[in-house]
Amino acid sequence: MKIAILALQGAFAEHQQMLQKLGVESFLIRNLDDWNQEKDGLIIPGGESTAMMRIIKDEELFEPVSQAIKNGLPTFGTCAGLIMLDDTHLNTMNIEAKRNAYGRQLGSFYTEDEFEGIGTIPMTFIRAPYINKVGEGVKVLSTVDGHIVAARQGKQLVTSFHPELNEDTRVHDYFVKMIAE
Amino acid sequence: MEDRTTLNRNLAQMLKGGVIMDVTTPEQARIAEAAGACAVMALERIPADIRAAGGVSRMSDPKMIKGIQEAVSIPVMAKCRIGHFVEAQILEAIEIDYIDESEVLSPADDVYHIDKRKFNVPFVCGAKDLGEALRRINEGATMIRTKGEPGTGDVIQAVRHMRMMQSEIRRLVSMSEDELYEAAKQLRVPYELVQYVHENGKLPVVNFAAGGVATPADAALMMQLGAEGVFVGSGIFKSGDPVKRAQAIVKAVTNYQNPKIIAELSEDLGEAMVGINEGEIQLLMAERGK
Repeated sequence: MKIAILALQGAFAEHQQMLQKLGVESFLIRNLDDWNQEKDGLIIPGGESTAMMRIIKDEELFEPVSQAIKNGLPTFGTCAGLIMLDDTHLNTMNIEAKRNAYGRQLGSFYTEDEFEGIGTIPMTFIRAPYINKVGEGVKVLSTVDGHIVAARQGKQLVTSFHPELNEDTRVHDYFVKMIAE
Repeated sequence: MEDRTTLNRNLAQMLKGGVIMDVTTPEQARIAEAAGACAVMALERIPADIRAAGGVSRMSDPKMIKGIQEAVSIPVMAKCRIGHFVEAQILEAIEIDYIDESEVLSPADDVYHIDKRKFNVPFVCGAKDLGEALRRINEGATMIRTKGEPGTGDVIQAVRHMRMMQSEIRRLVSMSEDELYEAAKQLRVPYELVQYVHENGKLPVVNFAAGGVATPADAALMMQLGAEGVFVGSGIFKSGDPVKRAQAIVKAVTNYQNPKIIAELSEDLGEAMVGINEGEIQLLMAERGK
């Protein structure tokens, strides 16, 4: 199994380290040449979604990435990655994300809460979004204080927090198993 | 529970691989955001103008900073003077995302830096070498940048600072454990920080390049030298075509190892900012605060 990590901007190295811990091969995507390699899954990391959108369009990656996900490429988006998959960006998932939902950096926080199918996990929220609305086919996997912070639709998984920033590898393991399903 | 320090280091991690741009108006902030900046630094005058104007340079008007916070959704940073903890308190009160305790402004204290652990908002600080970087981290900085020589368009000092830090990090990595105590003494930092660098081969926080970056090639140079992202101050809005140059620098940071892409990005950028060579400068800002 080989997982591609979108490395246009943000915390992509942290995802690579998580996959390494799980013994899963990965590679970074910065342009169209990188994208054209064989892959079994895709991770869109945290960072700034406006920066990622700008670069994904300029590098002519927008269409191919969006098409591949719609055609079933298993994809995992964290924080900005969640925003990238929503209905106003790559538009591959029936979710409406609320950006900077917890305010500025002073609103960033850490908590531990339930994730369906895994149990209690650490959750780090950094200027995080949450999901305002879910549409057809979307299953909510976790809520914190009444807000949706993790969801799945087919082979797409999103979290508004950052599993890649903690030692716990269970969410990444969940994604790897999702690919193998 | 994780503490503020960890959350603040985490925000810097999200900025990696990105470009932080100096802006002086909401309009410039919107241009920077649209060009793909991962954050903006709000200030009344960019370093090149501070240099030209001379005199005492202070924190910007909070109203001006708030105008920029309202204009964009990306993180907004702002500068306070070295040691001026009340300016920092003001920036925290308006919920700034990152404070730059910066040598670009006139220092308020020639002995003490701000005790940054007392704050909930994060701080980035400049450093010329590993000792300075670790001292700032010990005071609570959760992100480091090279000092460079701001407002000159001359990258030589940023290169020197980054090379110095990387070479000192490699030296620590190669030491035997008993040598680390003496290294801590020489660097004037706690043993634990030296031990971290020895074991991990990097700073415990994100390290950006800053000072004198004016072209996509400059930005890629700093990334290849080990920077995890780039601050661009005067280089963008002092150039002939800010929008095009801003976009080109953003893309050069993403594809910093790809000369073919950087070559394309470097075409037709118009006038770069007028540079001042290191030897022609009257005031060395990098010498402020050690």
